[in-house]
Amino acid sequence: MAIEVRIPTILRTYTDGAKQVEGSGATLDELFTDLEVRHGGLRERLVDAKGLRRFVNVYLNDEDVRFLSGLETPVKDGDTVTVLPAVAGGTR
Amino acid sequence: MLTISRELHDQIVAHARADHPDEACGVLAGPAGSDRPARFIAMDNAERSPTFYRFDSGEQFRVWQQMDDNDEEPVVIYHSHTATQAYPSRTDISYASEPNAHYVLVSTREEDQAEFRSFRILDGVVTEEPVTVVE
Repeated sequence: MAIEVRIPTILRTYTDGAKQVEGSGATLDELFTDLEVRHGGLRERLVDAKGLRRFVNVYLNDEDVRFLSGLETPVKDGDTVTVLPAVAGGTR
Repeated sequence: MLTISRELHDQIVAHARADHPDEACGVLAGPAGSDRPARFIAMDNAERSPTFYRFDSGEQFRVWQQMDDNDEEPVVIYHSHTATQAYPSRTDISYASEPNAHYVLVSTREEDQAEFRSFRILDGVVTEEPVTVVE
């Protein structure tokens, strides 16, 4: 068992085109660190010095992790983590 | 080039008018790889603002999941500008991250006519494209 991570089109350059990859860790932060070992560059697209980048939404199962504990959200085998690009914009 | 049916075109304009002076936003889904928008999905603007829009993350998750289940993709991502021209702003460009999508902008600043334009936005580069409305 592992944690399944769904990758959006824009980030599949880091996963050799794969729509989903697997990883492990006790928190989201650890999971992203583990993914980085096999998918170099991915972590930087998800996380900056302040935490999750505002350009991405990350969901644990069907819950936005911003409403959980962000990068410190606990994860476990069998969970699904979904990454989607945030859709936003504005006049300025 | 974006090819879009009259019905979907008019649904986008109607949504933009209805939410004016706030920005309206949504998606047209279509079969993956077809480049043809087929299904109209109005999204909530979580910001409810005349100068900013953001999809509600929970609603986005459900809609993206549904598209995945239907083997669809977001062919068009649209939003309105309510006081300025229908051209992508710096913020629009920095957020644009669906490489296969047509970014449609509608301006509702004129009451009697809606400016309706389509763009590709890739790695920060904006390219306008012609829009063909099919009756």
